[in-house]
Amino acid sequence: MLELNVQTIAFLIFAICSLGGALGVVTSRNLIHGALFLIVSLFGGAGFFVLLSAPFIAVVQVLVYIGAIAILIIFAVMLTRSMTGMRELFNRQWWLSAIVGVLLFLLLTIAVIMPVWGVNGSKSNQPVSDQVATTQDLGMALVDGNQYVLPFEVASLLLTGAMIGAIVIARDTED
Amino acid sequence: MQNACVDVLETLAPCLTTGGLDPGIAQFISILIGVALVALFPLVLVILLIWLERKIAARVQDRLGPNRVGPFGLFQNLADAVKLIIKEDITPAGADRLIFNLAPIIAVVSTTLIWAAIPFSPIHIGADLGIGLLYIVGVSSIGTLSVMMAGWASNNKYALLGSFRVVAQLVSYEIPLVLALLVPVLMTGSMGMQDIVRAQQGMWFIIPGLVSAVIFYISNLAETGRAPFDMIEAESELVAGYNIEYSGMKFGLFMANEFMHAFTANLLFSVIFLGGWAGPLSTQIPFLGFIWLMVKTFIVYIPSLILRATIPRVRIDQMMAFNWKFLVPVAIVNVIVVAFLLQIVKAIGWMPDPGNTDFLAHVPEAIILLAGNVALIAGVVTMLRNSGRRERLAEAAPAANDEHAIVAVH
Repeated sequence: MLELNVQTIAFLIFAICSLGGALGVVTSRNLIHGALFLIVSLFGGAGFFVLLSAPFIAVVQVLVYIGAIAILIIFAVMLTRSMTGMRELFNRQWWLSAIVGVLLFLLLTIAVIMPVWGVNGSKSNQPVSDQVATTQDLGMALVDGNQYVLPFEVASLLLTGAMIGAIVIARDTED
Repeated sequence: MQNACVDVLETLAPCLTTGGLDPGIAQFISILIGVALVALFPLVLVILLIWLERKIAARVQDRLGPNRVGPFGLFQNLADAVKLIIKEDITPAGADRLIFNLAPIIAVVSTTLIWAAIPFSPIHIGADLGIGLLYIVGVSSIGTLSVMMAGWASNNKYALLGSFRVVAQLVSYEIPLVLALLVPVLMTGSMGMQDIVRAQQGMWFIIPGLVSAVIFYISNLAETGRAPFDMIEAESELVAGYNIEYSGMKFGLFMANEFMHAFTANLLFSVIFLGGWAGPLSTQIPFLGFIWLMVKTFIVYIPSLILRATIPRVRIDQMMAFNWKFLVPVAIVNVIVVAFLLQIVKAIGWMPDPGNTDFLAHVPEAIILLAGNVALIAGVVTMLRNSGRRERLAEAAPAANDEHAIVAVH
């Protein structure tokens, strides 16, 4: 049975933020409103990370998604006149996105209710590890040769490549 | 626990429980009072800050400044605040009502939230998060959003143009700011604000991290929209900037937020680079730590006010070029240099224990890091001088040709 404590109340608030925001994104006719709803939704996501005692990821969520990506989206919408005036809720690809959305939802629901993947397999109601990892652990894991140093380096190479690509595209052609 | 009530400032919750209160409720009350104090303090302080700013700007411009209302004109801003509150609150007809009203609130909230993670004394901090510094950066990045909302919701082209410029400025200067903050984190080995201050009990980070302190100070001026980077309210170019359509207390919130943010930035500077509450006797008498922090903050805040009153505004393209072509590269090189030197210091074994409060124990480490910083500054200055000379030569050569051409025509 659901026990009503501070954590549950916080969870409900974040869930409302997250789901309500997501609903707002797809139902608002105004693109800027949609982008702002997206921020509400992402904020709810950051709240979940706090509840899961992963403050580092929560703050990164705020910093990267709200502070950078959402602002970039709003910037792009505001600077594109044809997008600012857009009022249609659907375009021709709505059925394709509906299929993908439903499939993803089913996949996630199945994965949560009867986990078939992962370390736990069927024993999903037990936590993966009883040891709470700190930010230090995360940092060490990212540079440890036995753990995630390769994905970390690959990701940083990818980001550097993307950055150089962005500069090349944005650059004036004259020089 | 009879002596729990002797020093209420430090132990409010145990004191309340001696009166027979439930510990949970006592805890809640003490946290509530703490939150209220931390959130209200900057809002009240802002009245004093505006007065101080007007006084100092007046002195620089050979005026007296506010001097009619109350002693030294101290109550002038209270009168101004009352005026702002009772003014008509106008919402433009074409405005997006909800976003228009939400923007000033988000602006103030984003600044106030920073105060939650600032250590005021060895034991007084809103929330000593393990990721305190990152939290501060993340929360202050929400402030950018409020500018954007205000500019867009006003439905005014000047407001929108102003907010574009501001957002470009804020997003750009966040990069050197964060890179400069990496250095104290490297030296502390933690992002917790209390850890950072405790690591400075022996040596303030401004000495081993000189370059990052300067970068942090400059990008803070830009982040808070202070001169010479006050694009945010370039009256002569943008009428007023993103807040042009705001009136009454909503405008007042934006203005108060600007002053609050500027002070908060200097507060952060003194916490991260000037040792925060660290000072004589601050560990014995925690309240003294708060006083040290305020003294240090005003020592860096007042020069920023004088700077604001004396330096002209830079052009937007100069400002962006300065950020991307100068501050960001220097900040990146600085992080690499410091990380490298810190590893060397560690390898030699001169790295003192983080909790070591002895000044002398930190001297060898500080000397090496300071030498690295000075070498970096020397390198940057040489490069700047060379490129400046090349530019002057390149400019002089065609100019000389032009003069000949004019003479020939005559």
